[in-house]
Amino acid sequence: MQTSGWLQLAAYIAALLAITKPMGLYLMRVLDAERKTWLDPVLKPLERVTYRVLGVKPDREQDWKQYTLAMLLFSLVSCLFTYAILRLQRYLPLNPQHFGPMSPDLAFNTAVSFTTNTNWQNYGGESTLSYFSQMVGLTLHNFVSAAVGIALAAALVRGIARHSARTLGNFWVDLVRITYYLLLPICLGFAVFLVSQGMIQNFKPYTKARLLRPYTVSVEKKAANGAALLGADGKPVMEEQTIKEQTIAQGPVASQVAIKMLGTNGGGFMNANAAHPFENPTPLSNLVQMLSIFVIGSGLTYYLGRTVKNQKHGWAVWSVMTTLFLAGVLLAWWAEAKGNPIHQRLGVAAAGGNMEGKEVRFGIFNSALFATITTDASCGAVNSMHDSFTPLGGFVPLFNIQLGEIIFGGVGAGLYGMIVFVVLAVFIAGLMVGRTPEYLGKKILAYDVKMAMLALLVLCFSILGFAAWAAVSKWGLAGLNNAGPHGLSEILYAFSSGAGNNGSAFAGLSGNTPWYNTTIGLSMLIGRFLMIIPIMALAGSLGQKKVSPASAGSFPVSGGTFVVLLLGTVLLIGALNFLPVLALGPIVEHFLMFQGKLF
Amino acid sequence: MNNLFSETRAAVLATLILAIVCCGLYPLVVFGIAQAVFPNKANGSLIVDKNGVVRGSRLIGQQFSGQRYFHSRPSAAGKGYDAANSGGSNLGPTSRALAIVIKDRVAAYRKENGLKATDSVPADAVTASGSGLDPDISVRNAQIQAARVAKARGMSLQEVLKLVRANTDEPDLGFLGEPGVNVLELNLALDGVTTGEN
Repeated sequence: MQTSGWLQLAAYIAALLAITKPMGLYLMRVLDAERKTWLDPVLKPLERVTYRVLGVKPDREQDWKQYTLAMLLFSLVSCLFTYAILRLQRYLPLNPQHFGPMSPDLAFNTAVSFTTNTNWQNYGGESTLSYFSQMVGLTLHNFVSAAVGIALAAALVRGIARHSARTLGNFWVDLVRITYYLLLPICLGFAVFLVSQGMIQNFKPYTKARLLRPYTVSVEKKAANGAALLGADGKPVMEEQTIKEQTIAQGPVASQVAIKMLGTNGGGFMNANAAHPFENPTPLSNLVQMLSIFVIGSGLTYYLGRTVKNQKHGWAVWSVMTTLFLAGVLLAWWAEAKGNPIHQRLGVAAAGGNMEGKEVRFGIFNSALFATITTDASCGAVNSMHDSFTPLGGFVPLFNIQLGEIIFGGVGAGLYGMIVFVVLAVFIAGLMVGRTPEYLGKKILAYDVKMAMLALLVLCFSILGFAAWAAVSKWGLAGLNNAGPHGLSEILYAFSSGAGNNGSAFAGLSGNTPWYNTTIGLSMLIGRFLMIIPIMALAGSLGQKKVSPASAGSFPVSGGTFVVLLLGTVLLIGALNFLPVLALGPIVEHFLMFQGKLF
Repeated sequence: MNNLFSETRAAVLATLILAIVCCGLYPLVVFGIAQAVFPNKANGSLIVDKNGVVRGSRLIGQQFSGQRYFHSRPSAAGKGYDAANSGGSNLGPTSRALAIVIKDRVAAYRKENGLKATDSVPADAVTASGSGLDPDISVRNAQIQAARVAKARGMSLQEVLKLVRANTDEPDLGFLGEPGVNVLELNLALDGVTTGEN
């Protein structure tokens, strides 16, 4: 754990802290249609035209059921839109490599994956998808699934801030304003910055480069019909092949990567995601990408404080998130820097740490930091391969996802997830002192706690249920790339990532089978929408409540006691749900690694 | 019922209009600015020799073998440095398959570079990167290989180390990321291939 790492960590946190308030203030303007932004002269006409085309009356607010219904219909329609594009890409433009259609199960998985802001990828981008599929089919969801998340968070915050109110805002207005005023302008500048670092943005066919020195590889000999030839011993016949050129994938990467990070989507244009030099060329592009993952989630805590007129509450939530973030980074960094004793006994220098699956330009620290950030949020972009992390290094991203991605979290989703924990924390505090629990002057009753519990149980059941099913099924075990406890971790990570709408993977798992495509697809749908419905019910219920003035007996939702209580609630629930299975995966693997056991 | 119809209609139209703005206008504007301001970078930072032939990208690693060249890291992208098929090995810390290949790579690296059987080997030299396209090797790795390359080419070690330094990317802003030696550019310089941007 070198000095340069500490310096970079300090710089990251300072930058995050510095942009939190400006982002929060800007969110106040975007999420309140009455207020002006400096982009109004350009965007107001476009906004008005959009409402007219949609046939929406922007000043008519919706109650929680109408709001949720509009969100569900929009998600359904846009999901089908993407499914159609993926199936029909052969007939659509911008397909210079002439890629054929995705299989139905893979197209289902992918369309659901992007609709739910997960961006789990059972395909390799540069070897499967046309530029049109990427730019339209997938990028649309990178924008709108992010906007939907922020809209839902805003609706919940309005529910907390309002009293005796039936409505929570208008879904269409939130969707359009967040996309136009928040996401698009930032992405425009961000994408150009990324190109300045070396990220590509073109529509050319893949480039062929002539190698300085050709080399030979041995490949399986193919018969005329394309099947592998088998020798007398039943093994494939190998032949020498001379490689004279390198085919370099191209595409409109920068415009997609900007929103992929800002919207915490995380789906890579290329298979290797942000480890690919075209998707993350320099340490500076890496730093800015990491900041862009957290910036909206961090700004939303400020928005929360401002909207409920208790800025200390916003900062208290921010502190809980930052504390959990730091704990994760330090553990992952320590584990990766320490490296793998098995490999060190074989002669690998201990000073280098665990470099399997990592890029030289990022090194150990930036790989551990990125892995922590991408799973604190529901981003899921990766700049190093989590599957090849040490057991404890891989435990951090896995446990981050299982905590519910509430450490800044997915845009919007992180805040509404954290507010569920806040409701539970004040409920526990109420039980301890024997008073009716209160949150910002509102009484938290049985209905509210039930909805909060429902949201948490959905996540837990979806992860553990599917993972348990896969772990005892032929189809589940057939996809493994690693044996022993690491194999269980691969399965567990897949369904945690799916249900948590993260999208990163222990990517050795061969998930592109009808079984995995379908089950992971279902876990993503459950993890997104079955969690949202109880949370919106909670928002509706909170909005209708009356506010009672603060008294000496009210529980303050700021300050040290609240921070510790909220931290404890998050960790306790996460640990109770997932420690048993984690003990069988990364934790036991950690001890086996130190014994030198191989699988 | 009426409400359901109008909301579905809004959902269809919102999908279309947002697709036009976010997936048509936006990427094309970025494309226009990128091609006008950073044409080389937007097209893949390609390296072109004096005959106009593309020899690679300064951001994308290539496979090298033989005594006369610096070797890139092991790669799990396709058959090795397949820039249309990026990816890592995804082998875990207790994988036997990974331990076996690392053992072989350590032995090969020691032999090629004349190291003793007790000398430890730089971690990046025997592990595959996440992308399989890592353009860089660590400075320590390059310094060890420099002796071999100098000998094979009949150059002095100082000359080779000078080229190594000239092709080392220092941390951004002085403290971000790790320094790395760009293997393709270094080998091009060794061969004296004059290059330019396209």
